[in-house]
Amino acid sequence: MDIDLMLRVYPYFLEAAWVTIQLSVLTIILGLICGMLGAAGRLSRFALLRFLAAAYVSFFRGTPALIQIFLLYFGGPQVGIQLDAFEAGVIGLGVNIGAYMTETMRGAIISIDKGQIEAARTLGLSRFETFRKVTLPQALRLMIRPLGVNINAQIKGTALVAAISVVELTYTAQRYIGSTYKPFEMFLIAGILYLIIITASGKVISYLDRRVRLQ
Amino acid sequence: MGLDFTVIPSYADALLLGVLWTIAITVSSAVLSFFGGIMFAVIALYAPLVIRLPFRFFAWLFMGTPLLLQLFLIYFGLVELGIDLPAFVAGVIGLGLHFAVYNSELIQTAIVAVDKGQMEAARTLGLSRPQALIKVVIPQAVRDVIPPIGNNMIALLKDSALVSVIGVTELTLSAQLAIGRTYRPFEFYAAAAVLYYIINLGMEAVLRRIERRTQLSR
Repeated sequence: MDIDLMLRVYPYFLEAAWVTIQLSVLTIILGLICGMLGAAGRLSRFALLRFLAAAYVSFFRGTPALIQIFLLYFGGPQVGIQLDAFEAGVIGLGVNIGAYMTETMRGAIISIDKGQIEAARTLGLSRFETFRKVTLPQALRLMIRPLGVNINAQIKGTALVAAISVVELTYTAQRYIGSTYKPFEMFLIAGILYLIIITASGKVISYLDRRVRLQ
Repeated sequence: MGLDFTVIPSYADALLLGVLWTIAITVSSAVLSFFGGIMFAVIALYAPLVIRLPFRFFAWLFMGTPLLLQLFLIYFGLVELGIDLPAFVAGVIGLGLHFAVYNSELIQTAIVAVDKGQMEAARTLGLSRPQALIKVVIPQAVRDVIPPIGNNMIALLKDSALVSVIGVTELTLSAQLAIGRTYRPFEFYAAAAVLYYIINLGMEAVLRRIERRTQLSR
């Protein structure tokens, strides 16, 4: 193993790791927003909204994320959407993970006992109040762990934007594998950085999970 | 430049060939990941400590890193070792091993959850430990995790698009080649998305059948 080489190139990987962190944070925020809208749509009273949300989930979970990103980045200009690679990556990945988060959130909300909702309604709370004060607080507790699984997958998923030449960790590793012919060393540097990011995010999630459980 | 979907029919053959390669790579990797997952689970649970600990370390490394990065490692790593494999084989190894690690996690939990009495009964009947494991414990454990393994296989189908970057001419790369000649990215990526969606529906139907049949034997 060529430790000297690893020590020489790792600063470039640190810069790339920062891009991976930015991609992760932005796509997770966008994913959570899409997930909330999607879950609201899936559980809506209106058939049209239910249909649109179901179609959103079905398309984005039924086709590869790589194809979705290519469609947005390379196909976008044909339909008047001009984005640079980073923007296309964030939007493509965020909307994609949002479809998975939609199902996670919906699953947590529908698993709340119907009796709770009936009881709240009987006590005179409006539908909205019932959702905000009874259903949501309980559902939030149930959804943090499965959302953590989505988030973990998403951090690794950010590697896909290497295919549209965003200079993040995987792209950097690929470039250095090509120029140094040391695939294992480059994999190890990038791998350790991914593991640090994923372990840190896992710690944040289990901290949040413990906090909501204590209440 | 507007949209013009009439260019697609003249590339229909190439795209359908891509579909066949996507199915071939998905099925081969799925089989590898299934049996690899069982083998990895046995190693992670029963191998001697000197094998078990490094093995668990590598499993952890593979679960915490992106598939795309692993594909680059395997593809270029094999070249570095002087092993010249066709891209298809490298892709199957990469996808298969990646999902074998995920399947192994599921199978390990299931093996531990199989009633201890089963192993004891099998041993009492005169089976050796490996025999009892292979004939009694593992079949029950695997049956319990068929549905989540099925979910992994759906993910595998979609991740098979990634092997296009190491030069396997499956559906994604077929679409890219057509785009290279026509400069119509939107049309061909949309066509590829529709084809993936159809393969996905077919695969879900097959998995549901397998699930129903394996759960009947309970």
